[in-house]
Amino acid sequence: MKNVILLILKRTLASVVTVLVISLIIFIGVELLPGDVAETVLGQSATAETVKAFRDELKLDLPPHTRYGVWLKDFVQGNFGNSLANGRPVSGLIGWRFANTIFLAATTALIAVPLAVVLGVLAAFYRNTLFDKSISVITLSFISFPEFFIAYILIVVFSVQLNMFPSMAAINASMSLGAKINAILLPALTLTFVVTAHMMRQTRAAIINVLSSAYVEMAELKGIKRLRIILLHAFPNSLSPVINVIALNLAYLVVGVVIVEVVFVYPGLGQLLVDSVAKRDIPVVQASGLIFAAAYVFLNLLADVLSMLVNPRLRQLAS
Amino acid sequence: MFASLKKAPLSARIGLCIVLINCFVALFAPLIAPYGETSVVGNVWESFSKEFYLGTDHLGRDLFTRMVYGARNTIALAFMTTAISFLLGTTLGFVAATKGGWIDQIFSRGIDIIMAFPTLIFALMVLSVMGSSTTVLIFTIAILDSTRVYRLSRAVAMDIEVMEFVEAARLRGEGLWWIMRHEILPNAMPPLVAEFGLRFCFVFLFIASLSFLGLGLQPPLADWGGMVRENAGAITFGIYIPLLPAAAIAVLTVGVNLIVDWFLHLSSGLHE
Amino acid sequence: MKKETLLEIRNLFIEGHYENRWNTIVENISLSLKRGEVLGLIGESGAGKSTLGLAAMGYTRQGCRLASGSIKLEGMELMGASENDLRDVRGKKIAYVAQSAAASFNPFHRIIKQYAEGPVRHGLMSGREAEKEAVEIYDRLFLPDPESIGYRYPHELSGGQLQRAMVAMAMSCKPDIIVFDEPTTALDVTTQIEVLAAVKEITQKMNKAALYITHDLAVVAQVAHRIMVLRNGKLVEEGETRGLIDHPQEQYTRELLNVRSLREEKEDSDRLDIILDIEDVDASYTDNVNVLEDISLTVRRGRTVAVVGESGSGKSTLARVITGLLPPLRGRVTFLGEELSPKLENRDRESLRRLQMIYQMPDTALNPRQTVRTAIGRPLHFYFGLSKQEAEPRIKALLEKIELDPDSYIDRYTTELSGGEKQRICIARALAAEPDLIICDEVTSALDQLVAEGILTLLQDLQNEMNISYLFITHDLATVKAISDKIVIMLEGRIVEQGTKKEILAPPYHEYTDKLLASVPEMDTDWLDTLLAERAKIFLEEDTHI
Repeated sequence: MKNVILLILKRTLASVVTVLVISLIIFIGVELLPGDVAETVLGQSATAETVKAFRDELKLDLPPHTRYGVWLKDFVQGNFGNSLANGRPVSGLIGWRFANTIFLAATTALIAVPLAVVLGVLAAFYRNTLFDKSISVITLSFISFPEFFIAYILIVVFSVQLNMFPSMAAINASMSLGAKINAILLPALTLTFVVTAHMMRQTRAAIINVLSSAYVEMAELKGIKRLRIILLHAFPNSLSPVINVIALNLAYLVVGVVIVEVVFVYPGLGQLLVDSVAKRDIPVVQASGLIFAAAYVFLNLLADVLSMLVNPRLRQLAS
Repeated sequence: MFASLKKAPLSARIGLCIVLINCFVALFAPLIAPYGETSVVGNVWESFSKEFYLGTDHLGRDLFTRMVYGARNTIALAFMTTAISFLLGTTLGFVAATKGGWIDQIFSRGIDIIMAFPTLIFALMVLSVMGSSTTVLIFTIAILDSTRVYRLSRAVAMDIEVMEFVEAARLRGEGLWWIMRHEILPNAMPPLVAEFGLRFCFVFLFIASLSFLGLGLQPPLADWGGMVRENAGAITFGIYIPLLPAAAIAVLTVGVNLIVDWFLHLSSGLHE
Repeated sequence: MKKETLLEIRNLFIEGHYENRWNTIVENISLSLKRGEVLGLIGESGAGKSTLGLAAMGYTRQGCRLASGSIKLEGMELMGASENDLRDVRGKKIAYVAQSAAASFNPFHRIIKQYAEGPVRHGLMSGREAEKEAVEIYDRLFLPDPESIGYRYPHELSGGQLQRAMVAMAMSCKPDIIVFDEPTTALDVTTQIEVLAAVKEITQKMNKAALYITHDLAVVAQVAHRIMVLRNGKLVEEGETRGLIDHPQEQYTRELLNVRSLREEKEDSDRLDIILDIEDVDASYTDNVNVLEDISLTVRRGRTVAVVGESGSGKSTLARVITGLLPPLRGRVTFLGEELSPKLENRDRESLRRLQMIYQMPDTALNPRQTVRTAIGRPLHFYFGLSKQEAEPRIKALLEKIELDPDSYIDRYTTELSGGEKQRICIARALAAEPDLIICDEVTSALDQLVAEGILTLLQDLQNEMNISYLFITHDLATVKAISDKIVIMLEGRIVEQGTKKEILAPPYHEYTDKLLASVPEMDTDWLDTLLAERAKIFLEEDTHI
């Protein structure tokens, strides 16, 4: 067990370092601009006062390393500075929005992951049958469609024509769970279509790969029944590649959620990020960008760790 | 190669048709479009008629014209970006695979760090600071996307590099560039060509998404993603205009994917 | 006790689907197998022997089908039987031992669990009983630590151990027939003995019937009662082992048997120039362990030095040191009187030209996107500056030398050629540089026996004609006996013994040389039994001394 834990700790450390490096890049990004940062960003609204306010907010008058240190310290304490647009603390803006985004992403994942894995396994099992080929065509379409296309089609069908679900996913803390689900159903569905399509194709490929290995053939030649071969021989060895597939796609979910939030005007972190980018509200962009990136890194870490736990060569070290 | 075209399944032919039509429209846009790219010629959101084949958009511009120019702008942009990304990624990937050692380490670590960033977030952040000019767009996306190309081309090159004919060339005394150009590249073509198609799809969708968010090509340039955004309000009135450019994006991507699928099927078959 | 027929195959046709249609890959084969009998299926690759072995279990791989004929296993017709019926007999009445044990064990489960799976699932006994029996069988098959070895995972066992564990697994349901599919092909000669002994134990002492599939005639002569010779899916000849080996009827069989013929020997005279001189070389891939230690050997002009060793001996590393791919930690390599730079990058073109190499796998040694013309022409251009026109007559002359018709081969792509043809092109490519020394790294190991024979003959002829020296790296002693003038024997990175062929192959032997030589299967059918009996005698003597 010790060796496995050591490996996991090493990997986790690597992730933490990565997040720090990312924060450095985010922070420095502002530095590398040619010309004066304040004037470039403020553009037409650059007056002596706004420039000074900008410089004060971003503490541009301090030397870089001190600035980074202060910024990092503040960040860890939950102080993300103030928004340039409305002067309010960024942490206040981000907190509940992040929770909303997680809610949407989690709901999607809960539907998409089991669906994709089951479909992928079935397609691998019945490969080259009509079932497999039709699924292949459908998923190929979904991975080719931009999210907003799927989103608008869903809106057209379910919102405008059938009036079943709202086209704007407005939720707030006071709603019941049922009401919340009703509000986010369409955005979650949009995301599900795309993510499931990607995941299913990759799961199918991973399982087909395992099914054609020599030890599966050996099990057949020993006269073992099909179901047992799949559950005991194919499945454990597919765990690792399938986990990787899932994690990769969940990371992709982080990105997809941004578009969906904009289409459905969902009060999440993604929508805030896009708005802030348009308004060039740098502190908000920095903070939300860092949070998204950290989530992405974390998901990749989770995938790696689970992969390690499932790898028989490493498990052996445990016994 | 052309012999296999005749044996191609229906899906590949459909894909080929789609891609060829789009290329044609993109290339000859000024000749095909009845009106100017930004000319206001009618009322807002008119339905389709003999004057305006697809009706008009939210400012009264001919939608057909906008679609045609949109094809040109979006496709050209996506293609150029993919080409740059591909050139960059493949060169770095091949060098890393062939030279190995600390060059490989440095490249790979650097690229790992860039890849640790979700692409959209990175792009958004760069755009927030540097604005949305076409040049910034092209280079930001190209650099971000080249990381994926790097990974693939490096893996492909390493697979080829361990084959004895590469060692035989080395032992002969051939130089690095000769080996990459004559031994590795010809054998790497099938997966690379397929990857180009896939990257194009990704870049194309990505640019469309950025434009949809208002951060891509700026108006009044016609661009499919931006057109969806501009006309989005129509949906609530039961006018489904924004679905048109969105569908165009989807159709082209499907077309390219179909061709790539067929190509992958061909090249994997050859190896068995 | 009358021996009953367990397996009866009549007029079997098996087809494979490629090039968009069904092609016959096994044609009209009939065979019968009685209890306690071992039938050897011998042939080169593509003969259809594996396909036939699997068909005996009613199984075909992807893209193959049992087209027509009858397969009766203990009276039950397998042709057209239902999946359930087939699953019932597989493992229970007939079991399979695959070529690669490493790939055939599920990396996820312990060895003994995979042993027990068969009997438990077939309802023959409980898991605990099965595991107890497993230990017994592991012991009988001479596996070390039989009590505990089963509780390990596949990746913890060596190749030879895994192979025997797979044989044990095949025995778990006590089937009447076992199909052995090239079980020793991937193993070292010295490990092979162990597995062959295990096979003999099962077939003789436990009275099982077996189909033994291999391409190695000497091996099958040890274990089989009868032999069937297959070629391209058709039966060439069959008969009792002794009879077939002593008096083969068919030309093809005769060719297969003659493969180990010896060749003329040349003296290693001191008057000949020393082409290659390796002095006190140490080499390593990592900081801790040396892969080569204290290596010194010489190669003289026009002579063949064979470097023999099993896996892990360091012989391939030696080639890398000589060619400059792995600079040695110590010592030096002198070529044609001048010391070679340890690193490839620092060597001049002339030294590179005069030292050439031919590889083991012709499939990966040639660029599939190149034509024969380019493959052979490039060295001509690179070393001698010949233009396309100037090179053409030279290329054609080289093609003739390697016994391929110049006009029909020169513009073909290398992927279109067979293994033997490709290897000849590799030889031509090396010859194009007009080298003094060619390093042959296991150049015949990946080829069928008859094809390999051709390549060896060609290399000999070329040496006689052009006075080229060879450093011949191999694990196959039969090849060594055939072509070498000097022999260097390596074990675990060191040279155990070296000298002329006469010296090495005559007693007194170094301990390892003795073991190596003794492990090479002879065509004599009693060879294995004699060897095992001798070993048992030694054990017995040792025991009594205690």
